[in-house]
Amino acid sequence: MPKSKKDAPSLEQPEQPEPEPAQPKRRATAESMATRQREISVSEFFTKNRHLLGFDNPAKALLTTIKEAVDNSLDACEEAGILPDILVEIHETGAAAKAGDGTTGAGAGGTSGAPAGSSRFRVVVEDNGPGIVKAQIPKIFAKLLYGSKFHRLKQSRGQQGIGISAAGLYGQLTTGKPVVITSKTAKGRPAFRIHLRIDTKRNQPDVFSEETVDWAKDHGTRVEIELVAAYRGGRTGVQEYLEQTVVANPHMALAYVSPKGERLEFPRVTSDLPREAQEIKPHPHGVELGMLHTMLSDSGGESVKDALVESFSRVSPAVAAQICKMARVSPKTAADRIQGEDLERLHKALGEVKVMAPPATAVVPIGEELLIAGLKRRYSNAEFYASTTRPPSVYRGNPFVVEVGLAFGGDLPLDEAADIMRFANRVPLQYQPKACAISESVYQTNWRGYDLQQPKGGLPVAPMAVAVHLASVWVPFTSEAKEAVAHYDELLREMKLAVQECGRKLAAHVRARAHAQREEKRRSLFERYIPEVAAAISAILDLPKDKIEKPFFAALPNFVRFADEPGTPPDGAPPAAAAPNDAPTPPPPPAAARGGKGGKGKASPRGEQLELI
Amino acid sequence: MAAKKTAPKKSAPSTPSASSASKRSDRDALTLGKIEKLARQALAQATKGGNPALDIRTRTLSNVSFNEKKRIIELGDRTQSREFFNVAMARKFMQTMLVASGCKTLIGEDKTVSIRQMFYMTKHTLPGSSENTFDDQSESDPIIEDLEVGIDALREELHLFANRRGLVVGKLVVNDAGDEIDLARMGRGGWGIPSICEPGHLAFVRNAAEFILLVEKQAVWHRLNEDRFWEKHNCILLTSEGQAARGARRLLQRMATELKLPIYVLVDNDPWGLYIYSVLKQGSINLAYESMRMAVPNVRFLGMSAFDYKKFAMPPAAEIKLTKEDITRAEQMKAYPWFKDAKWQREIQATIDNGFKMEVDALLTKRISFITDEYIPKKLRDRDYLQ
Ligand SMILES: Nc1ncnc2c1ncn2[C@@H]1O[C@H](COP(=O)(O)OP(=O)(O)OP(=O)(O)O)[C@@H](O)[C@H]1O
Ligand SMILES: [Mg+2]
Repeated sequence: MPKSKKDAPSLEQPEQPEPEPAQPKRRATAESMATRQREISVSEFFTKNRHLLGFDNPAKALLTTIKEAVDNSLDACEEAGILPDILVEIHETGAAAKAGDGTTGAGAGGTSGAPAGSSRFRVVVEDNGPGIVKAQIPKIFAKLLYGSKFHRLKQSRGQQGIGISAAGLYGQLTTGKPVVITSKTAKGRPAFRIHLRIDTKRNQPDVFSEETVDWAKDHGTRVEIELVAAYRGGRTGVQEYLEQTVVANPHMALAYVSPKGERLEFPRVTSDLPREAQEIKPHPHGVELGMLHTMLSDSGGESVKDALVESFSRVSPAVAAQICKMARVSPKTAADRIQGEDLERLHKALGEVKVMAPPATAVVPIGEELLIAGLKRRYSNAEFYASTTRPPSVYRGNPFVVEVGLAFGGDLPLDEAADIMRFANRVPLQYQPKACAISESVYQTNWRGYDLQQPKGGLPVAPMAVAVHLASVWVPFTSEAKEAVAHYDELLREMKLAVQECGRKLAAHVRARAHAQREEKRRSLFERYIPEVAAAISAILDLPKDKIEKPFFAALPNFVRFADEPGTPPDGAPPAAAAPNDAPTPPPPPAAARGGKGGKGKASPRGEQLELI
Repeated sequence: MAAKKTAPKKSAPSTPSASSASKRSDRDALTLGKIEKLARQALAQATKGGNPALDIRTRTLSNVSFNEKKRIIELGDRTQSREFFNVAMARKFMQTMLVASGCKTLIGEDKTVSIRQMFYMTKHTLPGSSENTFDDQSESDPIIEDLEVGIDALREELHLFANRRGLVVGKLVVNDAGDEIDLARMGRGGWGIPSICEPGHLAFVRNAAEFILLVEKQAVWHRLNEDRFWEKHNCILLTSEGQAARGARRLLQRMATELKLPIYVLVDNDPWGLYIYSVLKQGSINLAYESMRMAVPNVRFLGMSAFDYKKFAMPPAAEIKLTKEDITRAEQMKAYPWFKDAKWQREIQATIDNGFKMEVDALLTKRISFITDEYIPKKLRDRDYLQ
């Protein structure tokens, strides 16, 4: 468009006074346009749309590359029922300036002029997953829009079949280096190492070299991509991604070697694989018109009624008949002939018909216990952990589950806004927090009600990390970049309920802690004064001081709730043993029965005590 | 003069010497018993696992009342239990015990210290903290008063005294701790009133006075002493030097009862002067528990009266404009039960109506010795006082 504007600059404003009645001059003809019409190469497409795919800047490119590879590894392991062991390495191989070494991509727009601060990296992601059949490797890694997860409704990290090949293409465009894949599918089978390039003109893989290698692993896949990128720390950095992934995937063991050569290890904390998510058919309430059209067209001559029963979950023949009736479409009509207004009425009826909710077995949450286990991997020294997994719910026919976990106190930073981690199907979301429904649910929660500080409309200010996980067969992102969850009322409501439920658990702890602190203060006050009082009484009565201190310290637990004695009477309640002042009865034994602790200087084992999960 | 001449007393038992020493040790034993009882109770309560507590009568306006018959302010029966195992009271409980222990030591060693010295005796830093047992004297003074009412012992019995205040000169011979003192031979300085004026310490030996004149201000006392007013009029001349301390009040009461002399009070003509008179007459709120020993209900208000302005044709120079505070205070005083009488209402209202107050010193607008040779004699002659 901008180009044609340049061709005919002034003719866009017909209001402008013209000497003769303007006969608008045609800017382009079908013929002239035909000269410009040709196939768009994937590299051109990629270059223009790389912001949609997460490669808009060098720092983000590195994150996206690792993320796509790790997500794939986790998906593959889980699908194969293997406990994932993942290795991530980032090696800095040189300065970015030498990038443009005459490769196709160098001039293809934008990526060659690598911004300052970027460098060349080799990323390695290795898993112990099922491996990939040799014949598939080229297509998976060197063909955009090729995958196993797009054509189904099943909870998984990847959805589109763009991820890893986009990363490979980015690497190729910036460094000219091929993607190197090593994969082995079973013990005894050979391991293949394949060097791949994308033929950017045809969107076809181009196998550069392939060899058989010795690989100690029984099975697994190793992906190596060289790219121009920038390594950053902070909330959008690679390490943050890995640490968050560690929280949401307690069954994963991770080793990470940073560009500086530091090695981080996160052993797995559970051997329970997440239950396998069931693949489901679309639910009538969520289907879009175009999708419905495709489903009916693909039905191979069936009747509408049969096609509906076949293609949708929860649609029995009776329900299908009702849908047809509502849409005023004969149930016997051939499904592939439905179109126009019939199609629209059918779509409307599908959205309105009363049907059961989709099966919740399609959604696999992390679970309350494991979410806490995951949090403990990252925040091992917090003082309190809590989690809440909501029962399954539905938006637009898609079942989903929201869960929230939090870590509080300990060595988490005081007086800072709480750390919020967002997860969609266990994948951390690090960009666009402001646009995300998950953040919204945290902002909208009244944390003051849980005895935390919260500036108006802001995040709670507390030593706290909050993880919110949305598990669903289809996560509604605000854009293809998969960075923020869209604001569906049903989602937001469930998220808020989950945050609130977890917040209430925290409040109980915060209050108990405040109470314990108050009690501790009271106790130390009495313990400070008892020796004074005892000294005075001993001087008055000419008795040894310790004879007086003892009964005072023995009586103390009757008036102070000790941290390690949750059963003692509350604040100031007179003990049953209390009797009129002047009753000269011999002392009853309550103090001794309590273990007669001479409370002075006694450290209470509160550290362990207060972890109330 | 209303006063009957009292025969000079030469009674032997009034000498505070050997015999009173044994009387004193009896009282000490009694006080010790009270302190020990306090400690023993606290220990017994703790031993039972209970909350050691002291019962202390509340010393607030809401717990005092005016006894119409005795015409004194009395402390009511409402008590507050001071518990040790109570964060709000623990510190005060501890402090009370410290003071009690300090008093026991004083009695044991037969020594007497000032309340400031008691503050230092009991002040120290709590081990392992920066907290002091007492931060300043304003914290320990009320604790001493608490102990007094708590165990029903007088300050003197606890071997404590406040700073002495007040001067006397006149036709009286006293025995102070064994020394005989002729108050007619005190020169310009006068005899300082000791803070303890109890019988064991102080006795009246010979009295030749016919009445007592108490003036609020030291300067006025000085004027009258220089003019030898007490000699001419056969009286005892006393100044409280402001609000009367316990010693002065106790001395005044003993003079009133033992010497049976009428007492006249001369204070400034303002609400504060009137309050000094009021405290002498029926006691104060804070020391209501001591009223019995210190109040002198028939003490006479000689002046200055609001009506004196006209009576003595005072010049405008004697006026000081009333402040808002003065007026508020005057209204409060009008509401006190012991000023309910019409004559008092009239007197207070007259000051308010005048719109000004007058200091006794303002009599010097007339002449230096106007007060000595004209004002007081005339008022006495005319029996121009309120009671
Ligand atoms: N490490 C691996 N082990 C086994 N199979 C893999 C591995 N990585 C990728 N695959 C297979 O390759 C396919 C394509 O992966 P790709 O990342 O391109 O798309 P996706 O994961 O399906 O969707 P998305 O674009 O959302 O990531 C996957 O669907 C999966 O079947
Ligand atoms: Mg993927």
